[in-house]
Amino acid sequence: MSATMQPTWLMLGASSAVARAFAQEAAAHGAGILLAGRDMEDLERQAADLSIRHDVPAAPVPFDARDTASHAAFVEDCAARAGGPLNVFLAFGVMPDQAEADRDPAIAAGMVEANFTGATTVLAALAPVLEAQKQGVVVALGSVAGDRGRPRNYLYGATKAALLTYLQGYAARLSRSGVRVLCLKAGPVDTAMTWPLPKLPFMTTPRGFAAGAWKLAQKGGGGAYLPRIWWPVMTIIRSLPTRIFNKLDI
Amino acid sequence: MSDTMTEERAAAEAAEAHRAAGWKQVSLQGWGRSSAAPCLAARPERMRELMAALDVPEGRTLLPYGGGRAYGDQALNTGGAAVLTGRLDRILAFDPASGLVVTEPGVTFADLLRVFLPRGWLAPTSPGTAFVTMGGAVANDVHGKNHHRAGSFGDHVLWLDLLLPDGRQIRISDEEEPALFRATIGGMGLTGIITAVCFRMQPVPSNALTVQSRRIRNLDDFLAGFAAAADATWSVGWIDALAGGASLGRGILETAEPSETGVALPAGKTKAFPLEAPSWALNRMSVKAFNALYWRRVPEAGRQQLQHYGKFLYPLDAVLHWNRMYGRRGFHQFQCVLPFGPGEMALRRLLETISAAGDASFLAVLKVMGRPGRGLLSFALPGYSLALDIPARPGLRGLFASLERITREAGGRIYLAKDSLLSAEGFWEMYPEAQRFQEIRHSVDPEGRFSSDMAKRLGLAA
Repeated sequence: MSATMQPTWLMLGASSAVARAFAQEAAAHGAGILLAGRDMEDLERQAADLSIRHDVPAAPVPFDARDTASHAAFVEDCAARAGGPLNVFLAFGVMPDQAEADRDPAIAAGMVEANFTGATTVLAALAPVLEAQKQGVVVALGSVAGDRGRPRNYLYGATKAALLTYLQGYAARLSRSGVRVLCLKAGPVDTAMTWPLPKLPFMTTPRGFAAGAWKLAQKGGGGAYLPRIWWPVMTIIRSLPTRIFNKLDI
Repeated sequence: MSDTMTEERAAAEAAEAHRAAGWKQVSLQGWGRSSAAPCLAARPERMRELMAALDVPEGRTLLPYGGGRAYGDQALNTGGAAVLTGRLDRILAFDPASGLVVTEPGVTFADLLRVFLPRGWLAPTSPGTAFVTMGGAVANDVHGKNHHRAGSFGDHVLWLDLLLPDGRQIRISDEEEPALFRATIGGMGLTGIITAVCFRMQPVPSNALTVQSRRIRNLDDFLAGFAAAADATWSVGWIDALAGGASLGRGILETAEPSETGVALPAGKTKAFPLEAPSWALNRMSVKAFNALYWRRVPEAGRQQLQHYGKFLYPLDAVLHWNRMYGRRGFHQFQCVLPFGPGEMALRRLLETISAAGDASFLAVLKVMGRPGRGLLSFALPGYSLALDIPARPGLRGLFASLERITREAGGRIYLAKDSLLSAEGFWEMYPEAQRFQEIRHSVDPEGRFSSDMAKRLGLAA
């Protein structure tokens, strides 16, 4: 395993539009791709597309974020398939309607399980692999919704805030082995998740988002707003006094 | 008052239900921007979501919508529902030995050019914009500047996967369900949603072609020029539609052959037409000046250039949103094909009518077409094809009615991908297999779940 060997990007939640666009970006730069998710038929199609367009190895791997007991074996399988350094793009997550989650505890618990619990267990299983290879990068999708809970989606926001806190410690641990961890606070991206919603501010395309994420993933780690406009916006929103914030319809 | 409140609440509840099922209220437009169609739209990113979109709320009708490059109301379904196929954009298979490729419906000609031209493969034929999707290419049986040699897009299709209105997904070809295959090629998305297209690419020796351009003085000169260029791989004529009298039909004839030597990739970034042009910007004088300049651009003695395929095939794609040039009211496009023989006189009459109307029409495109298409509603006929834009204005219908009449009398037909104004009566006369199309459509969609504004206008749907 030489340092110049092309890495393999493990895409967790590979069917999402953002992961799809990022996989295109990585494959265009010559990286191999492992597509992890539940919809195997869809992942087969994506693997074919990546290998035809970019002439790189690409393969689907079954992965269910909620099936935490399977994560250790899953990671073992991925490490064996990669045959070289592994990078990770964590994109899975669900965003059911807040009101629905309030009514149905199963939906609420399912969201926490998928967005947070599942993320931590798969990251925990990945940590020794990443530490052993002494290189690589983990990119995880947080959300601006995690910066301050809003009536519209505070449970979703809470799962992303929890993930961020987890990643802070995770990043510090992995930094000792030369592995970088980048947590992106994503603004709304024009995907299936946001499609039915009313018009959202500063919406970006999956392709634009992926290009920005790729650039950030080339150097450093830590956290970053993407697109960057969300840094000033969220700085203001976070600093609003509660009295005012509670009256806002945002 | 309480009635309004109930209605408002009902509307809000309906909107909420649509949202939960992945539908969104949108307003879609044809490329000509002359009309807008409010409808519900789903934008599936994978097959599973596409299947779910067949479950249309409130018994609305459904229609697939691809690149949005059909000019008129063909891809619009006012008050109904649309499935946007643009995110289904994977290339599923490619055989470098045979050039066979399989794609999802949302893959565009731009994708094909980017991925396959560097490997020596080109789409078998292509319309004048690379933003057309493969689903749209089949549904309109599109053609290009090589039609006289290569035929239409449908001629190169081996099979299609079709999602029927009842949710079944089947493979159709000349061997399996041949009637439905012929109805779907050129079928305007009315037979179901195309989920995969298998077609054959053509090998090319480099990324460029040798393009010969020369000035043409008038229509007779043009027809003689096309006859002499019958062996050219690619040929197209640009006509100054405002020139009349002795200069009627003057323009530029371009012919092109694959070149053995390539060119460096065009570094040019695309520009976008930034705003809607104000309505006064396009008038007879400004367009006349533009057309004259365009004509003189080619030196008297003609010229030969090495051009990248992208530049030759898609000259207008360098300016994104060029349709905004026609301002808020948008424009209509007229394209017809006229059979050889009677077509020559009809072509002259069309140009005279257009020139006399004096509408600010930019360059018209003249092309020779070869064999008829395979689809029941395919456009192609052996003959001359003429296409031009006309800005929307009051009284335009009269001009279009004249153009339609001249086309019908010559035994020609109007291209549905471009059309927004053809009469139902004219359609049924121009497309003699329309009845057969309807029978096949009825067999796969007895309840009429698929529909479009164009289908209604032409008497194909209630």
